Amino acid sequence: MSGIPHDHYEPKTKTEKWLHSRLPIVGLLYDTIMIPTPKNLNWWWIWGIVLAFCLALQIITGIVLVMHYTPHVDLAFASIEHIMRNVNGGFFIRYLHMNGASLFFVAVYIHIFRGLFYGSYKAPREVTWIIGMLIYLMMMGTAFMGYVLPWGQMSFWGATVITGLFGAIPLVGEAIQTWLLGGPAVGNATLNRFFSLHYLLPFVIAALVIVHIWAFHTTGNNNPTGVEVRRGSKAEAEKDTLPFWPYFVIKDFLGLAVVLLIFWAVVGFMPNYLGHPDNYIEANPLSTPAHIVPEWYFLPFYAILRAFTADVWVVQIASFVTGGIIDAKFFGVIAMFGAIAVMALVPWLDTSRVRSGVYRPQFKWWFLLLVIDFFALMWLGAMPAEEPYASFSLIASAYWFAYFLVILPLLGVFEKPEVPPATIEEDFDAHYGEKSKATPAE
Amino acid sequence: MFKKLMIGAAFVSVILPAAVYAAGGGEQHVENFSFSFEGPFGTYDQNQLQRGLQVYTEVCAACHGLKLVPIRTLSDEGGVGLPEDQVRVYAADNFEVFDAVEDDFRPATPTDNFPANTGVGAPDLSLMAKARAGFHGPYGLGLNQLFKGMGGAEYIASVLSGYTGHTKEEAGTTFYENTAFPGGWIAMAPPIADEQVEFIDGHANDVHHLSQDVAAFLMWAAEPKMMARKNAGFVGVIFLTLLSVMLYLTNKRLWAPHKGKKTV
Repeated sequence: MSGIPHDHYEPKTKTEKWLHSRLPIVGLLYDTIMIPTPKNLNWWWIWGIVLAFCLALQIITGIVLVMHYTPHVDLAFASIEHIMRNVNGGFFIRYLHMNGASLFFVAVYIHIFRGLFYGSYKAPREVTWIIGMLIYLMMMGTAFMGYVLPWGQMSFWGATVITGLFGAIPLVGEAIQTWLLGGPAVGNATLNRFFSLHYLLPFVIAALVIVHIWAFHTTGNNNPTGVEVRRGSKAEAEKDTLPFWPYFVIKDFLGLAVVLLIFWAVVGFMPNYLGHPDNYIEANPLSTPAHIVPEWYFLPFYAILRAFTADVWVVQIASFVTGGIIDAKFFGVIAMFGAIAVMALVPWLDTSRVRSGVYRPQFKWWFLLLVIDFFALMWLGAMPAEEPYASFSLIASAYWFAYFLVILPLLGVFEKPEVPPATIEEDFDAHYGEKSKATPAE
Repeated sequence: MFKKLMIGAAFVSVILPAAVYAAGGGEQHVENFSFSFEGPFGTYDQNQLQRGLQVYTEVCAACHGLKLVPIRTLSDEGGVGLPEDQVRVYAADNFEVFDAVEDDFRPATPTDNFPANTGVGAPDLSLMAKARAGFHGPYGLGLNQLFKGMGGAEYIASVLSGYTGHTKEEAGTTFYENTAFPGGWIAMAPPIADEQVEFIDGHANDVHHLSQDVAAFLMWAAEPKMMARKNAGFVGVIFLTLLSVMLYLTNKRLWAPHKGKKTV
């Protein structure tokens, strides 16, 4: 499976040989779990396991919740309270599911930014990156539809605003919006289809996760130096790598346990902190909440959506050039999806020959600014659409696009990168010392 | 330098998403009442919940329903904790529910929920303590909620005790000035007066105390499983701490043969 030379599964007993010649599933599992992994991976590499755990947690708690939930506009809200009050342990399962979504997004954002810093998206890992972006998009869709299911005020109005985005598409927008909602406005048909898709998409994500793993098991993991594992011979490869089991499984589980410790404390002691109080009010189409705010994990892109108002010159030019087809609303929608699209295209936008940000003296600071920009956008997405936040949003949105479309392509040309270590072994030994030179314990 | 910054960024990336929170409210002032159920170690004060139930029954129930709360849960442990026979008497004495089979009203039983009450358009109070945030900010970051809690119960108590005595007429409706209500004017007349409810044990019954007691009761009504939740939280945190320590030691030992002595 992997391009890195390593030992493969050899069936020993008669039964094993019998099965292996018919279905090499044990061999597949063995190769997956024993994959040679760069031994210098740091703690930023634990989030993949956290993400796999999140997906399992959400699917398992979700399946249990569905046993008690009723997808109907008149009954949904009360059925959630039925889970919270009458179902044994229901309140905890529901809080796990609710906060599990937040953990999922904390993990995915750290995972994505780790990839952006260490250049994990660069050749030959573009396919892994693109599939990762697809997973991220599906996660957003799934989380959004899941948030509608409790049928609280924020559920209803969030659904109204977000599906309204599609209405901004010229000519066909309104038809698409009606088709998505199953009617002229958010109603029972909407709730039912969101429920159906919220149950379906996690399994599509699970399938994509398998492909994601398959892809990076083919290329091998990236690592903090961005230097590839030596593949000349098995002996050479073994100097750079250790098998995934047990070294990285135990390490990742340690990371996961610490993350879960914090997660469990949030669920146990402040489960509603990340939610919005308005969602404990049953949906009421006749009463609009004072502030319609998406969940925290959508805020950066929500800020970009709102940043491009009709008085921004870029929007005015776009409107003039297209003869008014692209108005401010549609421009905002394009910007929001564009913000994710530029991230997906980063393998082809980054022109630097050096993979890892560790050896790129200027890139580091632009990247740090991108991280700050992301948090700034998150904060701005939660603020009311008025000055000075509108101007801040515009600046922050502009930087997001500038980073991917201008800075990364130019940096590769103008930046003078440092020289990465020749091998992973060299990097590892620089951190931990060569085993041969280690002084024995006295 | 850069490494330190990245560690800082890592820290922020975990803390800040939790902190980012919608700004709301505005000029309202919510007093930070002290409640027994605050913080990870906080528990409901059973006596206070029982007093609060009495205030709800004698005052609030006239206009406000609690339609999502089953009456039987009044006898649940970790809550109001009334004996079951008392709950039966309480239900029958105070509430009537419509029975579809008899096609008529009958006295409520513990298996019924508190009745809905939509007579004067007053909101249902089942989840009120979770549907309002008393604390916001600073600067829309939500950090105040991290330290003070969401403040739903504080908000309720502040509204009940926040009347200034001023009124105004608008479109035929009287509004009452209130320091805690968003916008400053509320349609609900001051519901509680000093000594309006008498407690058997002679507990203080000024507006301030009555407001706080009923707010505590409504917090229980919104989050009846809080004690069980915190309990599960503790068990999990202790277990995961042990697991983390064991994994740390395992990991250290596992990797030791591959790591030499640090040279730098």
